[in-house]
Amino acid sequence: MTPGSTTAACTALLRRDLTLAWRRRGDIAMPVLYALIVTTLFPFAVGPEPTLLARIAGGVVFVTVLLAVLLSLDQLFRADIEDGSMEQLMLAPQPLALLVGMKVLAHWITSALPLIVVAPLLASMLKLPSVAMPALVLALAIATPLLSLLGGVLVALTAGSKRSGMLLALMLLPLCVPVVIFAAGAVAAAQEGLPWIAPIAWLGAGLVMAVVLAPLASAAALRIAMDS
Amino acid sequence: MSSSPSSSILLEARALGFSRQDEPVFGPVDFVLRAGEIALVEGDNGSGKTTLMRVLTGMLRPGEGQVLFAGEPFSLTTMGGAIVFLGHHLGLKFDLTARENLDVSAGLYGMRDGTSSLDALGFVGLGGFEDEPVRRLSAGQKKRAALARLLLLPARVWLLDEPYANLDREGIALVNRLLDGHASRGGAALVTSHGAVSFAGGEPRRIRLHA
Repeated sequence: MTPGSTTAACTALLRRDLTLAWRRRGDIAMPVLYALIVTTLFPFAVGPEPTLLARIAGGVVFVTVLLAVLLSLDQLFRADIEDGSMEQLMLAPQPLALLVGMKVLAHWITSALPLIVVAPLLASMLKLPSVAMPALVLALAIATPLLSLLGGVLVALTAGSKRSGMLLALMLLPLCVPVVIFAAGAVAAAQEGLPWIAPIAWLGAGLVMAVVLAPLASAAALRIAMDS
Repeated sequence: MSSSPSSSILLEARALGFSRQDEPVFGPVDFVLRAGEIALVEGDNGSGKTTLMRVLTGMLRPGEGQVLFAGEPFSLTTMGGAIVFLGHHLGLKFDLTARENLDVSAGLYGMRDGTSSLDALGFVGLGGFEDEPVRRLSAGQKKRAALARLLLLPARVWLLDEPYANLDREGIALVNRLLDGHASRGGAALVTSHGAVSFAGGEPRRIRLHA
């Protein structure tokens, strides 16, 4: 692997972001802790009836996990823009879209992957039947990178403005809706014993499209943001 | 037209100008930067030195005129990495060590033959601080850690925006040594400064910007 090659650049950037995340481990634990607290509180709020909990379990876990992922999304490019690393990435020989894709991947690994690992635990706390577990984990594994990629475009678009949190939330909402509908639909179908692969396939199609297009859009948006 | 004098031109600006909301930031400037040449961009605060640098790197689109690199219109997509830029923001990750920061840059831009991140850090006077998180270094040492990147990367054109800021007398001498070494290897550099600067190796060419 020669320095400066595309693989070397991607590896270097991925390793950098993962190392940075590891040096601030407390921040990685935050989304997991948040999801744990929300799902623990739900039975207290709606009552501990197993049938009711089992019915809402899939939806609750999805919304909680997606919100937990979005919590940290805001920070995706901010540190890099503030300390000048983004300039260095822009001037690098590699396409910016590829490097942005690596950053989104690192963000997904540090924020969404831990949540997917604890998701079965959260779901069983809400009495989700074990037949629906594979559908839940698979739907999360496809829905979270899809949201990270879509969110990345919006974060890049708002990167130029100082207080973008509110705007970001507003723009993300319509993009989250279809993802939640398909993902929760798969789990509901699995619970009923129906075939659940169709909604997963829709999510997969969305993910494939986002993997190709979202980094390009993010890179273009970042260039505009750095223009000011 | 492929004679030798024109082939040694690395960077060229032709009637280059930039405006922000119809307000000109810097006027049309023309200059050429040849291999082995160091040029100083002078101008008062707000005369557009940093903006000129950002236009030359390709991060900002020029409002008028064009930037040529080795005779070709400069474009980041085809010539990325040909220019290394050191701006006010150093591009260092404070949670990483100086060496880790350099290794990331080398991974992205590639490495000049016969250099290593340890040698580069030793040269800029950070020997013994290689594995110290950048957060714990002083402002001047952070600047030196960023300067080490210049030694490591293969780019032939350096654009240095205020490289002397935050540096002590020894640090200023270090920047001059880096520039001299770069010029003697056939590289070229454009340096901005708003103060008086004296190079070790004679008088540099000056490009003046007017506010």
